[in-house]
Amino acid sequence: MSRLHVVSGKGGTGKTTVAAALALALATEGRRTLLVEVEGRQGIAQLFETEALPYEERKIAVAPASDGAALRAAAGNGSGGEAPRGGGRRGGGEVHALAIDAERALLDYLQMFYKLGSAGRALKKLGAIDFATTIAPGLRDVLLTGKACEAVRRKDKNGRFVYDAVVMDAPPTGRITRFLNVNDEVAGLAKIGPIHNQAQAVMRVLKSPETAVHLVTLLEEMPVQETADGVAELRAAGIPVGGIVINMTRPALLDNGDLDIAARGARAGVAKALSQAGLGGARRGGLADRLIDPLLEQAREHAERVELERAEYAELTAIGLPTYELELLPEGVDLAGLYHLARDLRKQGPI
Amino acid sequence: MTADTTTLDASAPRLEVDALIDDPHTRIVVCCGSGGVGKTTTAAALGVRAAERGRRVVVLTIDPARRLAQSMGISELDNVPRQVKDVDESAGGELHAMMLDMKRTFDEIVEGHADAERSRAILENPFYQSLSAGFAGTQEYMAMEKLGQLRANDEWDLIIVDTPPSRSALDFLDAPKRLGSFLDGKFIRVLMAPAKVGGRAGMKFLNVGMSMMTGTLSKLMGGQLLRDVQTFVAAMDTMFGGFRTRADATYRLLQAPGTAFLVVAAPERDALREAAYFVERLAAEQMPLAGLVLNRVHGSGASQLSAERALAAAEALTDQRAEDTHADGADTADTRTASAAPAENNLEADGIVDLDAGKAGPRTAGGLSPAAAEHETPTSASAAQLAAGLLRLHAERMQVLARERRTRDRFTALHPEVPVTEVAALPGDVHDLAGLRAIGDRLAQNRTDTED
Repeated sequence: MSRLHVVSGKGGTGKTTVAAALALALATEGRRTLLVEVEGRQGIAQLFETEALPYEERKIAVAPASDGAALRAAAGNGSGGEAPRGGGRRGGGEVHALAIDAERALLDYLQMFYKLGSAGRALKKLGAIDFATTIAPGLRDVLLTGKACEAVRRKDKNGRFVYDAVVMDAPPTGRITRFLNVNDEVAGLAKIGPIHNQAQAVMRVLKSPETAVHLVTLLEEMPVQETADGVAELRAAGIPVGGIVINMTRPALLDNGDLDIAARGARAGVAKALSQAGLGGARRGGLADRLIDPLLEQAREHAERVELERAEYAELTAIGLPTYELELLPEGVDLAGLYHLARDLRKQGPI
Repeated sequence: MTADTTTLDASAPRLEVDALIDDPHTRIVVCCGSGGVGKTTTAAALGVRAAERGRRVVVLTIDPARRLAQSMGISELDNVPRQVKDVDESAGGELHAMMLDMKRTFDEIVEGHADAERSRAILENPFYQSLSAGFAGTQEYMAMEKLGQLRANDEWDLIIVDTPPSRSALDFLDAPKRLGSFLDGKFIRVLMAPAKVGGRAGMKFLNVGMSMMTGTLSKLMGGQLLRDVQTFVAAMDTMFGGFRTRADATYRLLQAPGTAFLVVAAPERDALREAAYFVERLAAEQMPLAGLVLNRVHGSGASQLSAERALAAAEALTDQRAEDTHADGADTADTRTASAAPAENNLEADGIVDLDAGKAGPRTAGGLSPAAAEHETPTSASAAQLAAGLLRLHAERMQVLARERRTRDRFTALHPEVPVTEVAALPGDVHDLAGLRAIGDRLAQNRTDTED
């Protein structure tokens, strides 16, 4: 089973939400997961309704026990850094979070491997750190993926993994392959030396079965197209693809069959039914009658959308990866909604 | 059709799109916003509309949907604008479009600034190749560079720019500055030490520090990468001034009176939060904001019927139907209407999900059709069922409407001065000129007709 879950998707598909829900879903039975943010947007903090995350791993949530008791306990205490441990029960796990800052990661790295205390500061003063983290091709990405891989491999005193799973809220589909594969490129650019070695080590993790890249999509043309392209690119680069998460699905309330009926002259009957339900007179020009045209128009739009969604769904299943579905939460995703999505993910089997 | 409920509040001034694109003083329109809100489509639709209203327009897109690019004839990347066919040119306008090729744009700058030998040395440098193929910010920088070029050509009287799908939609404002500050920075000089600094006696001490630094860098990067970087920097040396000047010029161009920013958003919390941030940032940078384009807004022709009433009526019809079928001894319709209840309740009840059914087709849950379609002539029962379905659908639409309005109102409360235009949602995606025209109409019409 994968231990590094990289969550990507086209902009606007809700990848941060899905990554957070996945981190919660994976934190069952005392397991501990780390949710990692790499783009400096503080999306995780907003989602968990807590203050901005520092560059430091901290516990942000207690995952629900299967009966949902811990869910209530944790949801009631969403603002503080220290959530209760689910009332002492064994059912729930813990979600920790980290917002990786490339500049800090580089300084840490220099400190760790080269003891470059003052030289590191001097480099910073010169703008070298700036250069490394914003301008130098790929170095930023190497640092971000490197930090995540370090968390994946980290073990405690007893030789057990500190985190059972690491979930990364990654850059969008359009950049994901490049982002993950950049270590290969850097390893080629720096043919020897520590950067080369580091890049290669990271690449070994990213291309192993320990990693799975999940793509989040909506049942719309562009996100589906990007998902298909993204899967092809990832496969070509030899990076393991996990599943496709279809986000914000909506139930089909009406169908073409109903519209056929309407077209075949059910108008009067529908007007009568509306009238019976207390919505005004059914005669021509009556209140109920006046509702029919706009209601049918909405039904036509709905049917058209359902039709499109079916086609997109077929395209997604043709990719041949496991799919997971998360329904649209009409009121947007708050903390309770997040737990709800996590439960839905868990019900759909291992991801 | 109650027009007052589906149009904008008086508090938000309207964005008059036609007035903006018709005004000969408008030379640049920049469409910006977070990912997935329809920036590219908005830019293309504005381009078609402006051209058909008589202007010579070029649209610079960054990453258009494949089918949209094909329909505009710009699917191949050659980094020059192509005339778009089938645009109505009777008003004297033309539409050109291009897709940005950032590597080629970068190469062209190099070639334009250095002699043949030097530019070949740069183009072949491995560090340069990596840099130009896409470090974080190259795309943003090159989009602005291309905009500068198009403007300098003065061949078009209106340039419409789509902005890159950045992690933060604001990156394109920062990228030129960031690159500029790097190119001017001390670090470049360190990389070129000792050649540059070493000549002056007074700098001796500094120079020792610097060679220690290059030693450290060499240890970190590996000697060969450092040499690549140093060669690159040395070759680029004469061009740095040019880069800086160009970045500054583009930045000023964005502040000029002929430029108009359109912030594009969808009526969703995150997109509008980003939009509000953008509005503030543009103000801080003294960039001229024309207004907010709110895409994919839902309306209803039956907005006089509230969600609550529609649901209550649907329930009354369903109850009635359940009684009828129960009397008939039929049970199929009964289970179907039950499945139309929110799926969540079913899951809560037993905690088991039929995965296979879920995968087979997510759209079948709650569908009313198969049973209904069997009836050749609609009976009063199937009419009632259909009516209940229509009412549920309407209730959902009204809830969407209310939610979108709340989100929008939050934005207008924060920024009452920003003109807004709303674009009614289309059921499908847009990938042809007809679709772009329809979007253009909606952009300009400002939803004065409430029929979507």
